[in-house]
Amino acid sequence: MSRVRATRVARRARSVRVAVVLAVLLVLACATSLCLGDAGLSPADVARTLVGQGDALTDFVVFDLSLPRLLTAVLVGACLALSGAIFQSVVRNPLASPDIVGITASASAAGVIGIVLLGLSGLVLSGFVLAGTVCAAVVIYLLAWRSGLSGYRFVLVGIGVAAIASAVVSYVLTRSSLTDSRDALVWLTGSLNGATSEKLAVLALGAAVLVPLALAQAGALEQLELGDDTAAALGTRVERGRALAVLTGVALAAIAVAAAGPIVFVALCCGQIARRLVRSGAPALVASALVGALLLVVADDLAQYAVPGTDYPVGVVTGIVGAPYLLWLLTRTNRAGQGG
Amino acid sequence: MPAQRAPLPSGVRRRRLVLGLVGCLLALAAVLVLSLMVGANALPPSDVWHALWHYSPDDQASLIVVNSRLPRTLVGLLAGVALGLAGTVMQGLTRNPLADPGLLGVNAGASLAVVLGIAVFGVTSAAGYVPFAFVGAALASVAVYSVASLGREGATPVKLALAGAAVSAALGSLVTAVLLTDAQALDQLRFWEVGALAGRDMDVVRQVAVPIAVGAVVALALGRALNGLALGEDVARALGQRIGLVRVVAAVAIVLLCGSATAAAGPIAFVGLIVPHAARRVVGTDYRWILVFSAVFAPTLLVACDVIGRVVAYPGELQVGIVTAVVGAPLFIALVRRRGGVSL
Repeated sequence: MSRVRATRVARRARSVRVAVVLAVLLVLACATSLCLGDAGLSPADVARTLVGQGDALTDFVVFDLSLPRLLTAVLVGACLALSGAIFQSVVRNPLASPDIVGITASASAAGVIGIVLLGLSGLVLSGFVLAGTVCAAVVIYLLAWRSGLSGYRFVLVGIGVAAIASAVVSYVLTRSSLTDSRDALVWLTGSLNGATSEKLAVLALGAAVLVPLALAQAGALEQLELGDDTAAALGTRVERGRALAVLTGVALAAIAVAAAGPIVFVALCCGQIARRLVRSGAPALVASALVGALLLVVADDLAQYAVPGTDYPVGVVTGIVGAPYLLWLLTRTNRAGQGG
Repeated sequence: MPAQRAPLPSGVRRRRLVLGLVGCLLALAAVLVLSLMVGANALPPSDVWHALWHYSPDDQASLIVVNSRLPRTLVGLLAGVALGLAGTVMQGLTRNPLADPGLLGVNAGASLAVVLGIAVFGVTSAAGYVPFAFVGAALASVAVYSVASLGREGATPVKLALAGAAVSAALGSLVTAVLLTDAQALDQLRFWEVGALAGRDMDVVRQVAVPIAVGAVVALALGRALNGLALGEDVARALGQRIGLVRVVAAVAIVLLCGSATAAAGPIAFVGLIVPHAARRVVGTDYRWILVFSAVFAPTLLVACDVIGRVVAYPGELQVGIVTAVVGAPLFIALVRRRGGVSL
């Protein structure tokens, strides 16, 4: 018994350490991000502006231009990563993520229809995408419901819906003009170029509800990962816990995608990276959220400033930044249960 | 033979499976014939028959059947067989029902190579894409496999799946980066990426026939080994299997099959993912039978969808990649709903 407790204490200490390090890195990345940029503000200028001592120009640059984008990156990254970690945990499959279960694909379809066929943009587009994604999620949920919700059935139905949604995307892209399909491609890649304070407000409101809700489910998820019977024996209400987790995951992905477009890979990789950093079999939700935020802030900096004069959509960079790190972690871990 | 859901005497089971297989083969043959007949200019079977045996460049029916419909039907048949087998082997190899033949990096590698072919070398024809797609697919899968094999215990299923997803994401990012700066490449690639059988000529068929045939033979021979892997590595090892060898051979088969299919028809998603599930529903857990049925189901689905694509948008066409999703997904969802949980 004492050894079990010692292991548990050591594990918790490690996850706290990892979370602290990630949080510090995130703050540093955010600070760097604010100081970069064409306005050429010095760190002192930025600090002065943030505490309310800036002039009109620095106020405009920081509060109207940089900060909404930066905070959107942080929140979108955290929401996507949490969503992915939740799905991977509920389905007990490292490949499960909102990208695979049809959430991101439905959002893509809604976005492409909105941009190419209806000519929407800005906040209206976000609303349209949010509505489309929620509708698709409800459809998936209803189709997967058969006297209870099995995580696997949800995923498989989601794959089916995802296939239809990506067919819609391909169809619209082949039917649209080249300029329209370029605009659509930028949105489909996921971009923070269109981040505004209004969109940020909606996102922040959603995140303020959903992120605590997700984090509160860590214990239930850990028990669900042991299998239905064990979880039930440990006192978890399996069906209810799973339905709540799935709904939270869907909602997190939906608000993130509505704000920044379907950025791929963040949801898939962050949960896996966090698990390997914390070195536990259990879902590391806090670490996942921090990894997601950090990845997206760094990726967005690179997207904006790595190639001077070109403003790439952030989704182009997340894959290039995140993938090598995940691959490196995969080759390093060699104990079963970590590397897999 | 591993335990089945409904314990029938093995003789009865085998007879039923063989009968079922014959039925499926007949359906496939019917679909292939339909594919030669149906199109913007519908032809009766007698004209098709005549055109196949008496080709003359002056006869319009002959031109349509031999130069257009025969190659696309053959590409559909070959790509279908390849995707069905590759999907089954991939899911067996990674023991992951969400694994899709593209997961080894095949589709992403092929897309990147085709984009570079268009953007750098100015390739414009379907036959011209084939070598690029194939080389890209092979290089990407070698990269995925090597990364997954590093570390003490070799290419475990989870590492393989994650490495595949990661490499695909990185390559996909590069593809988008090129497309955003090169409008002409985007214009061509958006049509290639849908997945289509139209516009393929006999050159494409000739280029992919041999690798697909070799890959198919290797894949069909893997049934017993995949049955072993399904029981878990320790059991498979105890049964005398050489797991490392099986994994390498399976990976080679996937690259040959999926690389050729993608090269010929573009990255057709979904077929390789759902067909093994459908086959598993019909035949149970024995991979020897799953492989055979997948190899018949997949081309039937693909060619049938191509025919449907020609009918619904008459006189135009819908690309097969779109139809497979719109037709296949509801079937798949119905299948998932009809019987309880899914397992491997």
